[in-house]
Amino acid sequence: MRAVLSGLGIAIGIAAMIAVIGISTSSQALVQQKLAEIGTNMLTITAGKDFLGQETKLSPDALARIRHLDGVEEASWTSDVDKHVYRNPNVATGATGGLVVRVAEERLPETVGANVALGSWFTTATRELDTVVLGSTTAEKLGITEVGMQVWLGERLFTVVGILDPVLLAPELNTSVMVSPERATAILGFDGIPTTIYERSEDADVLRIRDRLPQTVNPASPGDVKISRPSDALAAKNTVDQVFTGLLVGVGSIALLVGGIGVANTMVITVLERRREIGLRRSLGATRPHIRAQFLAEAILLAFLGGLAGALIGVAATAVVAVANGWPLAVPLLIPVGGLIATIAVGAIAGVLPAVRASHTPPTAALSA
Amino acid sequence: MTSVLELHDVTRSYGSPPTQALRGVDLRVDEGEFVAIVGPSGSGKSTLLNLIGTLDRATTGEVLITGERVDDLSDGRLSALRAHTIGFVFQQFHLTEGETAVDNVGSGLLYTGMSRGLRRERAREALVSVGLGHRLNHKPKQLSGGERQRVAIARAIVRRPALLLADEPTGSLDSVSGETVVQLLRELNENGTTIVLITHDRDLAERLPRQVSIRDGLIVSDSRDPAIAVRAKSGVTA
Repeated sequence: MRAVLSGLGIAIGIAAMIAVIGISTSSQALVQQKLAEIGTNMLTITAGKDFLGQETKLSPDALARIRHLDGVEEASWTSDVDKHVYRNPNVATGATGGLVVRVAEERLPETVGANVALGSWFTTATRELDTVVLGSTTAEKLGITEVGMQVWLGERLFTVVGILDPVLLAPELNTSVMVSPERATAILGFDGIPTTIYERSEDADVLRIRDRLPQTVNPASPGDVKISRPSDALAAKNTVDQVFTGLLVGVGSIALLVGGIGVANTMVITVLERRREIGLRRSLGATRPHIRAQFLAEAILLAFLGGLAGALIGVAATAVVAVANGWPLAVPLLIPVGGLIATIAVGAIAGVLPAVRASHTPPTAALSA
Repeated sequence: MTSVLELHDVTRSYGSPPTQALRGVDLRVDEGEFVAIVGPSGSGKSTLLNLIGTLDRATTGEVLITGERVDDLSDGRLSALRAHTIGFVFQQFHLTEGETAVDNVGSGLLYTGMSRGLRRERAREALVSVGLGHRLNHKPKQLSGGERQRVAIARAIVRRPALLLADEPTGSLDSVSGETVVQLLRELNENGTTIVLITHDRDLAERLPRQVSIRDGLIVSDSRDPAIAVRAKSGVTA
């Protein structure tokens, strides 16, 4: 019973460590998987901010110039419009829910890697009508569940023709309502100047293009152009996750250490309780090294069994969390194996002192007992 | 006759200031003997047994087992000597509860370097020789006290020791079981095993071929050497 409890200490330490690493690795694997899907080859170009902190506009022909750059595969843009969207005309003005109306260029979904969840992107027909495409969060906030429902935008009712899946590389689109340039020019007073340009190229060309974009977009004042790589932010988030994981592993190692002390404690008591057995074995011809090896092996076995149970529990916990969140299950083999090696080491260290004490128990103990 | 055991002026002191548990013991046991060492508690007979069994070392004097001086042997050499030359039988049996009779007896060969299969085979033979051929796979709990002590004796003789040491082997048994154990020891002795039996039971000692009495750390009588008793009475120690 005592042995089981002290083994449990080790088990919890190892399980916590593996679960923490496994869960965080699985969630990182999800991000990696997404990154691989959407690519890390997209750049976002915006004009700098003016002295009032307002986003300035880019040159109207910037897109055309970017498309001419060697290596550019896709490019598109959006432009913020100073209008707001509401579920219906009765909603109080100003209760915008943080939703933004953006004019979206035709090639936007291909460029940013957006999938249409419901309905479709603007077609030649719908582009000329009072229609919108909603970002995923927008649809949720406005309570739009199907294509054909209407929203109130700039004193008119617009019909929803499409709803996008969440866009990972351009998350600002999730809270956007997108209007076609044709319709925006006709009725929203849109001036045709983009606010944000999205550009995609071959992976190998990204850095070269990044260097050339400022001059291309704004030859007069290249320093005002802001270029970012949204995938960098995701990768950075992963790095932060790794730091956090490191911290939790630290906590797990403390649990392992405490478990090791538990094993040492159990072994010390065991040695005291088993004086008779030690004496008997000595009388049967066991040498001190025999006794030492026996108790050391028991300590290691105890810690190893605890570690094995912990590894199984940890992997199982990771699997449960991963399945529940729809993440890919990713436990690096190194972690359970490393954990087991760590428990063996802990057991060995914890067992040394009791084993040495056992080997120095006088053999006469069996006879006087 | 070759000696199996020789003690020359052996003393053993404990603690500080030292108290002497043995105060100069001379004893010789020859091959094939069955000796009872008898004395009241506190007389030093357990200390004597520990010294004979090489579980403890003499403070002064010489201890020879099968002619070899053991006082200066390393722990490893002493362990080897115990593994091959000396068999122990304890009052409390000291059997492992979770193991069968065969495995308990086989543990007597654990430190002789014998393979497991061979150990079990020898253990079966030893159990048959103590009359427990029908109890091979019973665990200690399923055996009577007398049977348990016979398992313990089988464990002691399985390695065919030159010397069998029995410490109050009947102390935990009723008289009937005790009698079967004594009978078994007698048979073993008749077949050539040298036995030293330690007891506080004078009646038991009287029935054995040779009795050595110990009191206050001294041998006060030896049925093989009546002169000792005379010397002890006159206050002269060897």
